[in-house]
Amino acid sequence: MASIMFILFSAMIVIFSILTVTSRKILRAAVYLLFVLVSTSGLYFLLNYQFLAAVQLTLYAGGIVVLIIFSILLTSHISQKFESSGWKKNIFSAIAAFTGTILSVITILDYKFSATTVAAKEVNMRLIGKSLLSIDYDGYVLPFEVISVLLLAAMVAAIVVAKKGAPKTIGLPKLNQE
Amino acid sequence: MNSGIPIQYFLILAAVMFFTGVYGFLTRRNLITILMSVELILNSVNINFLTFNRYLYPHKLEGMFFSLFIIAVAASEAAVAIAIIINIYRRFTTINVEDVNEMKF
Amino acid sequence: MINFNYTIWILLLPFLMFLLLGLAGHKFFPKLSGLIGTCGLAIITVLSYIAAFKYFFSSEKIDGAYQKIIAFNFTWLQFTDKLHIDIGALLDPISVMMLVVITTVSFMVHIYSLGYMKDEKGFERFFSFLSLFSFSMLGLVLATNIFQMYIFWELVGVSSFLLIGFYYQKPSAVRASKKAFIVTRFADLGFLIGILILSFNTRTFDFITLTNPAGTAIAQGGGIAFLGLSVMTWSMIFVFMGGVGKSAMFPFHIWLPDAMEGPTPVSALIHAATMVVAGVYLVARMFPIYALSAPVALKVVAYVGAFSSLFAAVIACTQTDIKRVLAYSTMSQIGYMMLALGVSGYGGQEGLGYMASMFHLFTHAMFKALLFLGAGAIIHAVHSNYMTEMGGLRKYLPITHITFLIACLTIAGIPPLSGFFSKDEILAAAFHSNKILFAMEYAVAGLTAFYMFRLYFSVFWGKDINYHHTPHEAPMTMTIPLIILAIGCVITGFIPFNKLVTSDGRIFESEIELIIAIPSVLIGLLGIGIAYVMYRKESAIPDKLAATFKYSYKWAYNKFYIDELYLFVTKKIIFRYISEPVAWFDRHVVDATMNAIANVTQSVSFRIRGFQSGQLQKYAFVFITGAMMLAILFIYLWK
Repeated sequence: MASIMFILFSAMIVIFSILTVTSRKILRAAVYLLFVLVSTSGLYFLLNYQFLAAVQLTLYAGGIVVLIIFSILLTSHISQKFESSGWKKNIFSAIAAFTGTILSVITILDYKFSATTVAAKEVNMRLIGKSLLSIDYDGYVLPFEVISVLLLAAMVAAIVVAKKGAPKTIGLPKLNQE
Repeated sequence: MNSGIPIQYFLILAAVMFFTGVYGFLTRRNLITILMSVELILNSVNINFLTFNRYLYPHKLEGMFFSLFIIAVAASEAAVAIAIIINIYRRFTTINVEDVNEMKF
Repeated sequence: MINFNYTIWILLLPFLMFLLLGLAGHKFFPKLSGLIGTCGLAIITVLSYIAAFKYFFSSEKIDGAYQKIIAFNFTWLQFTDKLHIDIGALLDPISVMMLVVITTVSFMVHIYSLGYMKDEKGFERFFSFLSLFSFSMLGLVLATNIFQMYIFWELVGVSSFLLIGFYYQKPSAVRASKKAFIVTRFADLGFLIGILILSFNTRTFDFITLTNPAGTAIAQGGGIAFLGLSVMTWSMIFVFMGGVGKSAMFPFHIWLPDAMEGPTPVSALIHAATMVVAGVYLVARMFPIYALSAPVALKVVAYVGAFSSLFAAVIACTQTDIKRVLAYSTMSQIGYMMLALGVSGYGGQEGLGYMASMFHLFTHAMFKALLFLGAGAIIHAVHSNYMTEMGGLRKYLPITHITFLIACLTIAGIPPLSGFFSKDEILAAAFHSNKILFAMEYAVAGLTAFYMFRLYFSVFWGKDINYHHTPHEAPMTMTIPLIILAIGCVITGFIPFNKLVTSDGRIFESEIELIIAIPSVLIGLLGIGIAYVMYRKESAIPDKLAATFKYSYKWAYNKFYIDELYLFVTKKIIFRYISEPVAWFDRHVVDATMNAIANVTQSVSFRIRGFQSGQLQKYAFVFITGAMMLAILFIYLWK
């Protein structure tokens, strides 16, 4: 059962990712990306990481893809067909990617993965919540806080960069000298 | 082991996805499609982390949390990237990556 | 031990004058810079006289011989602990004598120049160069080691160059200064080779060690032989080559007549009294080596000297430019000095030639400087250099006339003036060694008297010319040196040189040998008589003689075409076959290589520029490729 799911998901991932990068119409590329992300989420379910699968669906499929589609609509026509790049670029990139794939596959197959004998820990919400806020050796409170600062910074940056109009001076307004 | 699927299958899948993303990054002309390729790359890395966590260190949680944080970072990075792209579109009226090459010799 | 430390001022003061007048001279009034230069020289003249008196009359003599005293010496360049070049002052009879000569003549020339160069444009420059020259010449004679002498030798050449080319806007002056410098520089190549061979074999530069008669340097003389001559002989011949260039002996004499393009005080100081005797001084300084271990070289010295004096005397009989006659006369007299050194032996009575040479150097400085300064006064009065445009000047220039006459009588060797004594000693030395050379010099004595009086009669007697503006006597600043030098000519004959300056420092007895003295006076009088007949009044005899001996006259008048020969060799042979290919090589091979390197660099940089193309995907491609290569390297190839 699991193998069938795995084969299905991995086939979807591979096919749709290739379609994403080779599609001539941009909105179709975005939709193919959506399918890839959903399949990835399915893979996470297979790996027994339910929370993460849910996060993936929410953030990626629900947030980022929507964002991308918005920006596509903002910056170009939906049905505009783009010429593909020159064949030289294509060939070289293909060669590079293919070589990389072969290299990685060889490395993976060469390595002897030893089976582990430790019992698996069940990952449930309670454990995740506790770990996120614990200051023990196993705690992740520091990255948690850092991520929150990062998100704040990203929000501010996105607003400032995408704003229209001349940048205003930062600082206190000038006092009137009467 | 998770229902008998060997670890290498996951890893190879992640590798294929990664290099597909790389190919897309190097080939595509539209800035937004480049961004999409970057998302592909990030996702492949996520799969890698989770696979290692599940198969090699099932009693620990690092891989999962790392993936969680990667998703968070990817989201914020995509937001900022879109903002920049919109700015570029306003300035150059094109988002063809070959036309945005002012930082050259 | 007497303290001679003050002699450092004899060197330093003219050097400081040179710097002061050279750098700040144009800020002073012209007259002030002249006075500063002259005062500096007056001071060092006094110091030299003091040093001379102290040396000759109060210094202790070991074994009856004057000692070489090192007044001061410091290491200037230290290469290894054995090889070092010092700067110092060495006092021995000849150097002290030269101090007196140089400072006296230089002082006279300074005073003279105050009048002669008045209202000239480069007045301060002139005095600063004169000070530079005095410094260089004094450093040369006071040198403690041969390398110091070489350094100052070159400095003297530079000063000569600067002073000959003083009127730098005249092309002939520029050409003359270049010629002088290049010819002497070429001769100095020989000098340097000689120095190197000598010091390599004797392991020292120092004069005292080199010229110690009992020392090892001289004993090494008969060492390795090359082509039949010992190493010492070769080095001494090369060293003499430098002397040939500086003293204008044949075949490097070509620069001296052209050097007359410089102002007359310069000719008096440099090309008559001091610089041109540097070659003689060099041979005198190295005399123990010449006499005791390289006698073949000494023979070369004698023959070159004798030939040069005859050669110059013949040419001087036909020249019409006053200064050129005097230049050839200088060459001839220096030939006398070289000859005297060449026939001399070492020690006691054998050293007669050495003493005679130094004595003649001393007297020659006086009368030649007097002749040149007098010629300067004549030129100043008439504004022309040529004898053919002058005549009957005795009425207009009385003081110049009398002093010039005294100088001419001195050079002709008429007693009791100084020239008689010194020339007689030389003829005696030659007579006792080599009769052929004696005969040559005897003839030259007669020719000397002839051409000098030819000059005298043509200028001061001869035909009466209507001058544009009446020639006036020179101002006092110019006549006082003339008078002083004339007095010098008269009294210096009586200085007992045989007690002061001899080859080994000891006194020896010498007296006038009447066998030699009387014929020399007679031939002098004969020369004067012939000149009197031919030139005192305007007559047709000179032209008739010139027509009879047409070819000899033409050859002598054109200086035996030596200049043309040199020009031919350099232009047609050296320039065409050696310089031009080398220049071609330099331009097309060396320069081309440099240009090629630059071009390659430029094209490589142009290609590399492409890396900064601004294209995102290119950067990413390089990144990916690099990462993959690193991965392959570290995973698979790293053993």
